[in-house]
Amino acid sequence: MKGLTVLSLLLWLCAAYFVGIYLFVGGFLLVRLEVNRTSACGDVLQPGAESADFCRGAPRFRRVVVLIIDALKIDFARFDPAKTAPRPYENKLPVLEETVSARPAQSRLYPFRADPPTTTMQRIKGFTTGSLPTFVDVGNNFASSAILEDNLIHQLGQMGKRVVFMGDDTWENLFPKKFYRSLPFPSFNVKDLHTVDNGILQHLYTTMVGDDWDVLVAHFLGVDHCGHRFGPDHPAMADKLTQMDGVIRSVMERLQDDTLLVVMGDHGMTDTGDHGGESQKETDAALFLYSPSAIFPGPPAEDEPDVVPQTDLVPTLALLLGIPIPFSSVGQVLLPLFPPQEQTQGAVRRLSQLEALWINTKQVNRFLETYSSLSSDIPPESLSELKAAFARLSSDYLGSVGAGLPPSPHLASSLQAYLTSVRDTCRATWARFNPAKMAAGLAVLTFACLACFVMSELSAALTEEKRAGLKGPVAAAITIGVAVAAVQLVARGYVEVVWCLAAGAFASEALFLWRAWRLNRPAVLKNGAKVSKLSARRLLAPSLAVPLLRCASLLSDSYVIYEGRVVTFLLLSLALYVPVRLNWDGHLVPLTPDPLKSAGPLPSPALTLAAVRKESSSLIGCLGGLVLCACVSLSFHGCREEQGGCTPSPFLSPLSRLQDSQLKNLYYILSVVSLGVSAYLLRLWLCHYGNLNSSGGTAFAARWVLPLLCVCAGLHWAVSATPEDGFRKLAELIRVAQLALPRAAFALLGLGLGLIWADPLTVFVKTRAAASARSPALAPRYRASTGISPQAELRHLIPQIYQRMRRSLEDGEAGGVEDGRPAVEAYGLGTVYSAPLLLFCGLLGVGLLLLHPEGMALAFLLLLLEMAALLHIHAAAEVDPKWVFSVAWTPVVLWSLAASQFFHSTGHLPTFPSIQWGAAFVGFPDGHSGTVLPACLVTLNTFASHILFAVGCPLLLFWPLVREVRGGRGVKGHGEEGEDAVMEMRLREKPQQFSAALLQLSTRYVFILGAQVFSSVCAAAILRRHLMVWKVFAPKLLFEASGFVVSCCFLLIGVTLVLRVDVAVGRWFKRLIPDASR
Amino acid sequence: MRHVTYEQRHKPDIWNRPHISAEAAIMWDHEIRAMASSHSIIAASVFMATVLPAVLVPGFSVYGTHLLWLYSVSAAVAAVSVSVFWLLGISPPTKKHTLGYKLSRLFRSCLYFFLSCLFFHTVVILYGAPLIESALETFSLAVLLTSLTTLRCLCVLGPNVQAWIRVFSRHGAMSVWDTCLQITVAFTLIGAWLGAFPIPLDWDRPWQVWPVSCSLGAMIGYLTGLVVAPAWIHYHRKQLTYKCK
Repeated sequence: MKGLTVLSLLLWLCAAYFVGIYLFVGGFLLVRLEVNRTSACGDVLQPGAESADFCRGAPRFRRVVVLIIDALKIDFARFDPAKTAPRPYENKLPVLEETVSARPAQSRLYPFRADPPTTTMQRIKGFTTGSLPTFVDVGNNFASSAILEDNLIHQLGQMGKRVVFMGDDTWENLFPKKFYRSLPFPSFNVKDLHTVDNGILQHLYTTMVGDDWDVLVAHFLGVDHCGHRFGPDHPAMADKLTQMDGVIRSVMERLQDDTLLVVMGDHGMTDTGDHGGESQKETDAALFLYSPSAIFPGPPAEDEPDVVPQTDLVPTLALLLGIPIPFSSVGQVLLPLFPPQEQTQGAVRRLSQLEALWINTKQVNRFLETYSSLSSDIPPESLSELKAAFARLSSDYLGSVGAGLPPSPHLASSLQAYLTSVRDTCRATWARFNPAKMAAGLAVLTFACLACFVMSELSAALTEEKRAGLKGPVAAAITIGVAVAAVQLVARGYVEVVWCLAAGAFASEALFLWRAWRLNRPAVLKNGAKVSKLSARRLLAPSLAVPLLRCASLLSDSYVIYEGRVVTFLLLSLALYVPVRLNWDGHLVPLTPDPLKSAGPLPSPALTLAAVRKESSSLIGCLGGLVLCACVSLSFHGCREEQGGCTPSPFLSPLSRLQDSQLKNLYYILSVVSLGVSAYLLRLWLCHYGNLNSSGGTAFAARWVLPLLCVCAGLHWAVSATPEDGFRKLAELIRVAQLALPRAAFALLGLGLGLIWADPLTVFVKTRAAASARSPALAPRYRASTGISPQAELRHLIPQIYQRMRRSLEDGEAGGVEDGRPAVEAYGLGTVYSAPLLLFCGLLGVGLLLLHPEGMALAFLLLLLEMAALLHIHAAAEVDPKWVFSVAWTPVVLWSLAASQFFHSTGHLPTFPSIQWGAAFVGFPDGHSGTVLPACLVTLNTFASHILFAVGCPLLLFWPLVREVRGGRGVKGHGEEGEDAVMEMRLREKPQQFSAALLQLSTRYVFILGAQVFSSVCAAAILRRHLMVWKVFAPKLLFEASGFVVSCCFLLIGVTLVLRVDVAVGRWFKRLIPDASR
Repeated sequence: MRHVTYEQRHKPDIWNRPHISAEAAIMWDHEIRAMASSHSIIAASVFMATVLPAVLVPGFSVYGTHLLWLYSVSAAVAAVSVSVFWLLGISPPTKKHTLGYKLSRLFRSCLYFFLSCLFFHTVVILYGAPLIESALETFSLAVLLTSLTTLRCLCVLGPNVQAWIRVFSRHGAMSVWDTCLQITVAFTLIGAWLGAFPIPLDWDRPWQVWPVSCSLGAMIGYLTGLVVAPAWIHYHRKQLTYKCK
């Protein structure tokens, strides 16, 4: 058994996949650290001035009305009277152009450039915090979508301004309880053009007339929804824009002198009405500023900006309203809104351009310093440049202000230049896809999938080869990686590890594929026409068509949303195909013996009619069980917000939240019963195959650790479900129990897994008195142990195997000495591989269940049953008489589909809000100090089903042997001896095929999972401008990728456990038969 | 049991064909022609069942009054298939010619038809159809599937589940009509299966409503099967050999 070869090949493969995923995700998801500090009035000390509070000064505007028209593209806002036949979206907002030309001192219209991703939620974050939000804003608010970073709304609240909000309910999620008054309307239904807008219009004017507001935010969604539904070039868009024109007019009429009106779009749209990407059509929105009193010095001057970046609104509004600029803003004040130096002296003190710039610069610099001390993703060289620039500017400014001199005319422009360069640096770091990395990641992943497929097809040849097979690719990886690093060091002075990894992985994969091709060529030449080609016919075979469909389904947002049901549907389709196929091949129903055609399609003449019938009925029974499990498991699903009319499973909420005590008791009993049934079934199986007779660590784990673990879990549930105030006297005890019970369970779990690892052998050897062994029917006497009926022992204990081996060994030396045969029985030898693996799975399952809500015990029971049903179906469907352990595609595909199915059926969804954060507090009710442990717990909870199916994957290899179906098929050639139940010992007879089959099985599993990852990577890359990319595809990609990583790790653990058992079995044989070579 | 069935056919010479001879080839062509014409009659009945109600019933449309369409098509296919197969003499001859036996056969056929409806209903629910709400729609789909598949089995093989199961194996077909049965049933079921795919999409089309897409898929699959079966048999007539006794 070439364990190391198998392991190293698998490791290499996983590493290649990981590098690909890392590269792609690194290029696709831009991560920014959230700085949870807020600005305060004291920060905004004006230079030279006495330490007066900045916020006390009278602001330029007392009130502001912000009308956000979602997806108001700049093209919609422009007006060109020359156009005689305008398109439906052109010239529909004449009010803006009229005002700008009629009252140039009071209004401006600018193109307003958003930063990608141009989706509404990210944009709202952008123009309230002044920062550049990325997909993953690392902070501590994963659980809710509320903005914790410093923002305009927060600052306004701090200053006692009354913020009234109406419109898109996204705001309500982002700023919960921050508004003085809030009128949110549902924004989810894209088909609905009017609900939000009409809702706003009902309240907007009445609110404006009243006096209980300082800031009024109204977010209209009609234009955006119209774009999504009809596209911009549609009469509906004309109607909508005309309506908006009327709204702006009426709002302008009602404005007072101390009020500023801001009309803005949060992003643009493409010609098809979509947004989310980074093309200019999507990023360029409109910004219209108006005040009844003059704010601008005159008509637009030469030096006014052509385009206003979206972040610039934040510092401008903040300074105009007299509040501190939010801490993380990287925007730059809009200079035309501030008077130049000369006009400062007046009754009301207004910030001059230079002062505003200086306040802004100081704030940006402070943010930059804080951010760079927390994170190192800003390149150090640009950081030091910026620092130097700031030092220079600050000394210039303070010098000139301190001396009372008029500042040099260049100072303002150099301050602006500084602010621009900070923003550009940040944008380069945070807000841009990295297409090169994405492409490299895709390429590495493609080759990894290819290598995986090749490996699974050539597993026999690869395991036969000397271990040098992997030396080449690894050496190539290291060489190329180091070479790229050296080139980078010479050319650029620093090393980017990502590219070294990419180059190494790519070179290694290429070399592996080339060698595999060379390896394969002789075989191809020999076989001639028998080359297995991936023809259309093979692709249409359901075992490959179903994973293809599954991968294709990841490219559509609807299918991702309904993934749980889609996966179940595919699973059932493939499962029902199994008996159909068997029937087609004539294995399902015993054909009536045909005198004319004796050989025919009959599987083997040895098969009796009754045996076939029994096998078939058990197959159909298992299929029924599988179908039932799958259907019942549908009732444990959670709900995505995109799924309308869906109620999450009642089992998902923890027991402690249930009010009705009777219901609570019912659920509790149900959970405990299903936990008990799972544990009992496991034990029964082990008992049945005689594995409990031994006295090793594994048997101990099965006999004591598993039940104890279940008891701990049951008690823990009971304790955590007690109402808070129910047992006041026992409060202390309950607190201790909440801490101790899960920890004890974790310790037990660790102990059990450790025991299995240390002593995986579950064989009980009994030596008999030699003379009495010669009973006539060769049936040795059995020791009745642990309550097994002698009948079961007769069928499943494997005493003869050892005798057979012994005899074949001794035939040469002591031929004919019949009595010299030692009388040794080995209990549980037939399931020596699968027993520890199964127990490992079981223990792990109970441990993972502990991290879930109690009701999920039922789902875990279903998982166990479905696993068993799948294994049985697989074993029963394996009818090839020349079968040598290799597992076909169909069961592997079923296995991976079941893993995805139970990911959903344990209440998980590929969205961030659905992560079960409660898992981090099981056993740690008071929270954690670090982040590693809670992250591990949450990962274990989220990918529980992936973990169980990955660890249990080698069972697919063992089950047909364990079941020994079709009456000793495959051992026909052994004559009389073939009647023995050999079971898993056949693996020891053919170690070469064993390792080949193990490698093939694991690579096939990795391939199916890898193909899914590849497909969701493709979805993210192709659909990166899709409306749903940040809501559906990006989270799906992250979950798929992390699920893959976790699955790979646990698959490796499972395979290693099998190899560990193999080593232990080898040692055991050596001890029994010292002269045996193996 | 089977050889009894075949010996007692009205035209035994057509059916006994261990080797393909020139004479047999003519018979083949005859049979294929019979199949093609019967299939075109059935297809025409489907067409009529769609068009006639559209003319006669006000407000009839395939999407809007889907169940009506579904039942009219089911009834048309059922009636036409039964009569065509009876006229062609494909239906397995009865062992005894007593009226009682015939009645019991009829009764068993009806029972199997109903059981098959229940079976399809269960399978469709297991595939994810809602359990209680829109049960009528689900059952109608089951009726359609039954009249497209099970009814044909009943016509060709009689109420004999053993024979049905046997037909769907590689060596199970014993005549051209069995092969034809395999093809049409497979196409119908695959069509219905594929029909489920557009349901989750968010296109909001009238044919995405349960069970329109599935029944349309089944119907399209069935019609395709009707066309494909004679064509396939025609092009593979050299390879087809039937074990007959």
